[in-house]
Amino acid sequence: MSEILTAPSPTITAPLTWSEGNLIETSRCPSGDLEKRWTRHKDNLRLVAPHNKRKLDIIVVGAGLAGASAAASLGELGYRVKVFVYHNSPRRAHSIAAQGGINAAKNYRNDGDSIWRLFYDTIKGGDFRARESNVYRLAEVSVKIIDHCVAQGIPFAREYGGYLDTRSFGGAQLMRTFYARGQTGQQLLLGAYNALQRQVAAGTVQVFYNYEVLDIVVEEGRAKGIIVRNLITGEIQRVAAHATVLATGGYGNAYFLSTNARLSNATATWRAHRRGAYFANPSFVQIHPTCIPQSGDYQSKLTLMSESLRNDGRVWVPRTPGDKRRPQGIPESERWYYLEEWYPSFGNLVPRDIASRAAKRVCDMGYGVGPTGRAVYLDFSDAIQRLGREVIYQRYGNLFEMYEEITGESPWETPMRIYPAVHYTMGGLWVDYNLMTNIEGLYAVGEANFSDHGANRLGASALMQGLADGYFILPYTIGDYLATQLFVKPSTDTTAFAQAEKETQQRIEKLLQTKGTRTVDELHRELGKILWDHCGLARNAKDLAEAYNAIKLLKERFWREVAVPGTGSEFNQNLEKALRVADFLELGELMIIDAYHREESCGCHLREEYQTEEGEALRDDKKFAYVAAWQWNGENQSPTLHQEPLQFEFVKPTVRSYK
Amino acid sequence: MHFTLRVWRQKNAQDTGHFEIYDIDGVSPDASFLEMLDVLNEKLIKQGREPVAFDHDCREGICGSCGMFINGRAHGPLRNITTCRLYMRHFRDGETITIEPFRAKSFPVIKDLVVDRSALDKIVQAGGYISVNTGSSPDANSIPVPKPAADLAFTYAACIGCGACVAACKNASAMLFTAAKVAHFAMLPQGQPERRQRVKRMVAQMDKEGFGHCTNTGACAVECPAKIPLTAIAQLQRDFIWANLSPDPHAASSS
Ligand SMILES: Cc1cc2nc3c(=O)[nH]c(=O)nc-3n(C[C@H](O)[C@H](O)[C@H](O)COP(=O)(O)OP(=O)(O)OC[C@H]3O[C@@H](n4cnc5c(N)ncnc54)[C@H](O)[C@@H]3O)c2cc1C
Ligand code: SF4
Ligand code: FES
Repeated sequence: MSEILTAPSPTITAPLTWSEGNLIETSRCPSGDLEKRWTRHKDNLRLVAPHNKRKLDIIVVGAGLAGASAAASLGELGYRVKVFVYHNSPRRAHSIAAQGGINAAKNYRNDGDSIWRLFYDTIKGGDFRARESNVYRLAEVSVKIIDHCVAQGIPFAREYGGYLDTRSFGGAQLMRTFYARGQTGQQLLLGAYNALQRQVAAGTVQVFYNYEVLDIVVEEGRAKGIIVRNLITGEIQRVAAHATVLATGGYGNAYFLSTNARLSNATATWRAHRRGAYFANPSFVQIHPTCIPQSGDYQSKLTLMSESLRNDGRVWVPRTPGDKRRPQGIPESERWYYLEEWYPSFGNLVPRDIASRAAKRVCDMGYGVGPTGRAVYLDFSDAIQRLGREVIYQRYGNLFEMYEEITGESPWETPMRIYPAVHYTMGGLWVDYNLMTNIEGLYAVGEANFSDHGANRLGASALMQGLADGYFILPYTIGDYLATQLFVKPSTDTTAFAQAEKETQQRIEKLLQTKGTRTVDELHRELGKILWDHCGLARNAKDLAEAYNAIKLLKERFWREVAVPGTGSEFNQNLEKALRVADFLELGELMIIDAYHREESCGCHLREEYQTEEGEALRDDKKFAYVAAWQWNGENQSPTLHQEPLQFEFVKPTVRSYK
Repeated sequence: MHFTLRVWRQKNAQDTGHFEIYDIDGVSPDASFLEMLDVLNEKLIKQGREPVAFDHDCREGICGSCGMFINGRAHGPLRNITTCRLYMRHFRDGETITIEPFRAKSFPVIKDLVVDRSALDKIVQAGGYISVNTGSSPDANSIPVPKPAADLAFTYAACIGCGACVAACKNASAMLFTAAKVAHFAMLPQGQPERRQRVKRMVAQMDKEGFGHCTNTGACAVECPAKIPLTAIAQLQRDFIWANLSPDPHAASSS
């Protein structure tokens, strides 16, 4: 490992620059009363008649919560849908791994919840860096998601009376999170997957599994289709359609180690970006506070312990730095419950960004535990005493088992050790209120877009957003565009397709020809280390500038040193990986630029230069209350920044306090 | 730790395939089985040799991607656990570990340890859903579901679609997989309208895909990482007989 870690010579400096573009004024957000915006907007969208829907082709890339729900709903409407996934079945999307739950403003608890409150919590949780219109709509449709999922037969947790159970989650003082043991994502995804399979049987949807999308084809500002690689045969194919939807998930794996599934990647969104789609807020990356700490160099991923654990678990470190006693042997008076002390009203349930930074802070101060000193305790002994083993088992049984399996320690006997890890990306393709990118006919849904979570996502709201986009928003808004495309005949026989195909083939050839000495994983780990160290929990201008250089050098080395065995015309997992990492390297560069340009702290983006004395984020609403939408200007060209100003008509951006 | 690995290598579906032997040293007992294979692959790439292809993604036991036959057992020596959740501390130092793909007629090999399990998707297409269109659902709490039924439905719904049940079965039957879906919906009020046709169609599709018959050996449930109980199969069998013997009020109107 040692050779990998040698710092790149800081003397080779590439200037970190960008150019200023225009203000974005076309987000298509309606105006007027917040509560009526979505309804009125829907009423004004163009419609496509049923007999015309049958003549329209839609490509959906991805079958996670967002893609599967979108494709199934579009199929039900009668469109001709083609779904592409690199997985060997649509049921394997990364969404399957979500554990904790899904929010909805049902107010079944009679605890005062409402659409307004869910809206407010989400926009505040995002540190006032999301659009009011979008977030309100999300809260509004959240209610229908639960109805639909129950009708699909999703076995949510229930109370003895037979009604749905809910629990609380970070960043909220209400119990609005619906769940299915510790496998909510699995159950929701299987619901959407079943609905998708029903449409496959009905003949409206075709699923192409083991296909990776490697480029997006754009002609005169309109999306015309995609270039795919058949992962079994290696064949490169062109696919044309009237509209294309990217539901390809987030880019947390740029960091190499993250809680994301190993194959999750940014290629589809990045390639769309290179074809003209703006990439918004790329540096907004969520680092989740409760993950199992890294144990060795061979480590391939980090495992999340659901945030729901913070409902009953208490976070602490010993009051004496370096205390090596067994945690059970440390008396109550010598434990520092720092979250409860610093944030009395939210306690262990502060939002993720705050909990993550607090863990880093106590570890930086020397209070960390475990062999590396980079961990804190999450302790269930109080809850077990108060509620009994049975209740705790019902709530967290599978998480406890998973923890024990990985670490060899039982949370029934000793507190868990946890540390923050990269988890979710709020940034993504810029989309308007209709979920359309700035390329006409190209849509982005789910984690792939930037839309609803601002600078920080609250727990249990990604599942909500993915399903809101797929079941209840896109099926309406896509018709507005398709209504204008009735007389267009999709064709793959164009120069844009030929060009995109040729470039894809050249990219593959180049990777195979390099025949270097470094494996893709080695180089990816290097990228991950740069990003984690300099564009992770805390950032500053100097480190970011260095990181920018380091990535440039790494990128150049990647194309000289990478070793990709095998050929392009066969099943070749290393080639797949290499293509993805090549794109992560470019995206990493943009993440750094974005983090550097945003001279404020907000949500997950903590700039060390801009914080209060207590280490809390210091926002600058005068200068930075906007979405940063970046435009690609070509290889080795600096990007252009377009600002979409955020107006707050209904909520007042306040200092986000969870004290 | 040190291991001798006997790994099945097969270039593609047409190739006949063979075992290759690799020695691997310095493995941490805390490394997962897949991380051990990562280390092997890194070594092979550095030596200019073909790395071993294997399926994986979530690496936490939920996506159902991973799955290999290890020392003669689906997902390896432990019961009820996926390959990705195996750790090297579960093996003896110096042990020879034999690694093969899941073997079943309905799961053709794609390369090395990777097999095509899309036949399972086809079984779901045959009826593994509730026919409800987006937008037409009543309020979620309008139909209460007794907690025990909901809990049992969850137990059956937990299937990850890995196919270990098929690989573990001497008949290569997909009964546990199919039964899990049938039993899940059978527990819920929402699943009732299509209950009879669902079981008939899914069983017919299972046969069509070339999966073998179930002879109740129970080998599947021993390996099933989602711990789907054999009561799922009993439920399917009851429903199947009932669906074939008694008239279906829903089918009456359509036929
Ligand atoms: C461990 C974990 C736990 C979580 N728990 C929760 C939770 O409790 N509550 C919550 O709200 N959120 C949770 N999240 C977040 C949430 O799971 C994700 O944000 C969400 O599932 C993303 O869904 P998606 O549909 O956007 O994308 P994904 O589920 O990532 O799906 C992406 C799809 O795109 C396909 N794809 C991607 N690129 C290509 C390409 N180039 N070609 C072809 N196909 C492609 C893939 O095959 C896949 O089908 C969790 C996340 C993690 C990592
Ligand atoms: S029933 Fe069990 S073994 Fe069979 S596919 Fe489902 S999870 Fe895997
Ligand atoms: S890799 Fe997902 S279940 Fe093993």
